[in-house]
Amino acid sequence: MNLDVRPACKPGDYKSDVKPIWCPGCGDYHVLLSFTRAFAQLGVPPERIAVISGIGCSSRIPAYTNCYGFHGVHGRSLALAAGLKVTRPDLTVVVASGDGDGYSIGGNHFIHACRRNIDMTYVVMDNHIYGMTKGQPSPTTEPEFDTALSPGGTGLRPFHPLVVALASGANFIARCFSGDFNQTADILVEAIEHPGFSFVEILSPCVTFRPDEKEWKNMVHPAPVGPTDDPAKAARRIMTDDGFNLGVLYRGKRQPYRPEFGAQVSDPAELEKEFEL
Amino acid sequence: MSKRAATPKVASLADLFALAWQIEADAVERYKLLADQMETHNNPELVKVFRDLARAEGIHAEEIRRLAGDIDVVEHARKTGGWKGESPEEADLSAAHYMMTPWHALQMALVGEKRALAFFTGIVETTKDAKIKQMAAEFVEEEAEHVNLVHRLLRKYPEPAEGWADDPDPPNTVE
Amino acid sequence: MTEVANLSVAIVGSGGAGALTAGNLLIEAASAAGWQGLLTRTVGPQIRGGEAAALLRLANHPIECLADRLDLMIGIDWLNAQRFGAELDTGPHSLVIGDPQGGDPPPSVAKSGARVVQIPMKEMAKGIPDGRPNMIALGVAGKLLGVGENFLSAFIEKRLAGKGPAAIEASKAGIRAGFRAAAGIDLGMRLSAPKPNGAKRWLTSGNEAVGLGAIRGGIRFAAAYPITPATEILEWLAPALARTGGVLLQAEDELAAINMIIGASFGGTPSLTATSGPGLSLMIEALGLATASEIPLVVIDVMRGGPSTGIPTKSEQADLNIAVYGLHGDAPHLVLAPQSVADCLFTTQWAAYLAESLQAPTIVLSDQFVGQSLVAIERPADVAFIGQRLRASEVNGVYKRYALAAGGVSPMAIPGTPGGQYTADGLTHNERGTPTSGATDHQAQLDKRARKLNEFVYGDHWATIEGAGDLALVTWGSLTGAAREGIARAAADGIEVALIAPRLLSPVQPERFAAALKGKKRVLIVEQSHGGQFHRYLRAHYDLPGEVRVLNRPGPLPIKAGEIHRAITEWRV
Repeated sequence: MNLDVRPACKPGDYKSDVKPIWCPGCGDYHVLLSFTRAFAQLGVPPERIAVISGIGCSSRIPAYTNCYGFHGVHGRSLALAAGLKVTRPDLTVVVASGDGDGYSIGGNHFIHACRRNIDMTYVVMDNHIYGMTKGQPSPTTEPEFDTALSPGGTGLRPFHPLVVALASGANFIARCFSGDFNQTADILVEAIEHPGFSFVEILSPCVTFRPDEKEWKNMVHPAPVGPTDDPAKAARRIMTDDGFNLGVLYRGKRQPYRPEFGAQVSDPAELEKEFEL
Repeated sequence: MSKRAATPKVASLADLFALAWQIEADAVERYKLLADQMETHNNPELVKVFRDLARAEGIHAEEIRRLAGDIDVVEHARKTGGWKGESPEEADLSAAHYMMTPWHALQMALVGEKRALAFFTGIVETTKDAKIKQMAAEFVEEEAEHVNLVHRLLRKYPEPAEGWADDPDPPNTVE
Repeated sequence: MTEVANLSVAIVGSGGAGALTAGNLLIEAASAAGWQGLLTRTVGPQIRGGEAAALLRLANHPIECLADRLDLMIGIDWLNAQRFGAELDTGPHSLVIGDPQGGDPPPSVAKSGARVVQIPMKEMAKGIPDGRPNMIALGVAGKLLGVGENFLSAFIEKRLAGKGPAAIEASKAGIRAGFRAAAGIDLGMRLSAPKPNGAKRWLTSGNEAVGLGAIRGGIRFAAAYPITPATEILEWLAPALARTGGVLLQAEDELAAINMIIGASFGGTPSLTATSGPGLSLMIEALGLATASEIPLVVIDVMRGGPSTGIPTKSEQADLNIAVYGLHGDAPHLVLAPQSVADCLFTTQWAAYLAESLQAPTIVLSDQFVGQSLVAIERPADVAFIGQRLRASEVNGVYKRYALAAGGVSPMAIPGTPGGQYTADGLTHNERGTPTSGATDHQAQLDKRARKLNEFVYGDHWATIEGAGDLALVTWGSLTGAAREGIARAAADGIEVALIAPRLLSPVQPERFAAALKGKKRVLIVEQSHGGQFHRYLRAHYDLPGEVRVLNRPGPLPIKAGEIHRAITEWRV
């Protein structure tokens, strides 16, 4: 990865002056701090970073950074980011999403982004709820959690995004907690530096629609073992964890997908020769 | 409560001053952030409280710079990395609430001051360097005064009654 | 003290003040007291704690639009209220009540010449155990509007039933204090006493009315994805369907939602989804599939500010193009538009009926304004439209799903019917449903699908046509109410204007529209679209007489009766 490193960057350099509308107490404030701290640690200048997002509270983050950003349509941020990174491999591309935007409407693109393994980092702020639209269940909401659209709970088993990512080919998988701001920033740095598709799930409590998530700070804990590069081992570990293991869980060795772009082999004027009789 | 960074090493007076300064400087930024949150969410009383706290921490930071004399605390903090992650007086963001009262803000401040106090007390107890020990002891006194000040302020603001967070209006969808 | 037929009040506040709750209680109490009314709200960008205003208009008759200006505005506080200052229009006759501790009202208030009075609501609330300023404001509003304390108290008891007697007493005390504080204030006008006539009262929003209309029309399956401002339809339908033997599924996205309802409808269950502009865009491909395979379904589009993510919490009428023209290929389908909150009930029920009768997708263009406004009305009359699908219940010989029947509607075999097996297909097909690329079949099936819609007798519900005069005002959807009011004011000036508001936008009705326009020399088109979508649509399908003027603008500010009145009077021949 091309990094144009300027060692004197401070986290403040990466923050815009737009004031977030996130509710005070929202985990996403910590995530924003982790972003700016990670970017500063990497030393990549703000203009070389692109933050791509969809729709939802988490997806508001690009405007709160001082980097280039695209606040796109619901669920399609990975596709947009793919187009950007393939044609601009020099940029550091970070995609921000939530459990609704990323795992529901974005589910299909999630699978294929992992499969393609283009070099980018996908950060999903998972709060187990649709916050922006006032509290519908998301694919990670617990089956017994009561909501207006699913009275009495969905009764559906929550999604296992980390395992889906593994099965689909993601090259780096980590789980963080927004409140562990320090560790999250470090893991983001690692994720960005690791080649290929890096997937970082950040458990980020929703203070307004999931006040019960205040408990998360007591439920998270470091994963008992370090990361593996064996996808099957990683899958078994993740499928048997309690959903609150933190840390880097998988570090793969796949080559990132980087199609040839920009190098002209023939003169376009030559092409019409094909039509000549 | 967010997990704080591991306590950094204090091997020199410069380390001590830089870390002490950073505690205050970080607190200024954190209180400013909270003031902004309160302003966006129409809680003018807390805007003032957090801005006052930021101002107070700013004064502390300046005092430490003066006390440090020739030591360039800012540069030293930058070079050594200082506190990685949240420093002791950075208020816990997850404890904020758009309807919070001054009592809540002061509780946050109290936690921070006590954490800073504990840090310096730890240095006093563990350092082998006499100069560091002496300076750290002064900082202990400083932080103890801050703790006392917060306690005095808390006398002016009683703990709010149950239901302080009751908002009769439902949340909005914005998108 | 002037007696007025209708009166408008706004309650403004931020950060947990409870302005919207006060507005809700006020319309509930006023409705119980016998008035009719319309409540809308406007909010800041925050999810909690933002600045908010409840806008309420009360009258003795149905109210379908906001007034040009507020008569009374009560600011619990004015923090950031200037953000929606354009919606808080006051005039020299208006009374604005503020709290000395609440900051300054938006600059527009002073500019308007409104009278400003102070009531220390925050202080007064402090004097009541657990007192809240919004209850004081509610009491002030109640007193000045003539809504009895007893009605307000009754709804306080209902709303706070779970919170205990202390909370109830605190609120009642607040209201009482507000009444006392307002005793010495002269509003300068008095709302005409309500005329209770024993008719049942309803308090409902357009979104909820859509839900009820759907169930009454026979809908028993819904699949949808949450989207502002349609989500309340889903929240209402989820338990309602469960209770009536149906079910609602939350889909993973709109692509899934529309395909799910195609599946359910194929299986014989009348089905519906609800979305907004961005979701409708995603559903376009599958709507083409439903058209080609002749599957009945209903799509509610609660229009919001566009394009793209746009202004999700505000209203606009700019999805007309995509609703009518968005499908690729020649794919005729139905598009309807309700004209008021109450009309959401009828139009949705009618949509379900038409979808089932014509085996075609039906888009209902509601909007944020009717969708999320709360109205106090008399219970609307029942209508008998219930979807009746033409079924092939007994099949003799070879079953031709897409038989070229007279009228164009061919009997549909529901899976499970012996002998009726067929494969529904988006591919062009023959009468049996077998794919073909032949010219004759393609032409015949396109003719069939167009014929079934064009030859159907829609009756008088296709449009609202009222009044006489050489000027016709043509509008649609939620602007119909403002248009009516503007026309009524013009009539008071001696100017006669006819109103034409189609409820059925697709298929077009050229003969009936021509009949409505007979004798008209001028046409004034009124619509909430930057590009004048309705104007272009009318020109594309109908002959417009003589001179045409267009009053159009995008959201977020609805076109008001006063503007329409002015457009009429300024257009003197």
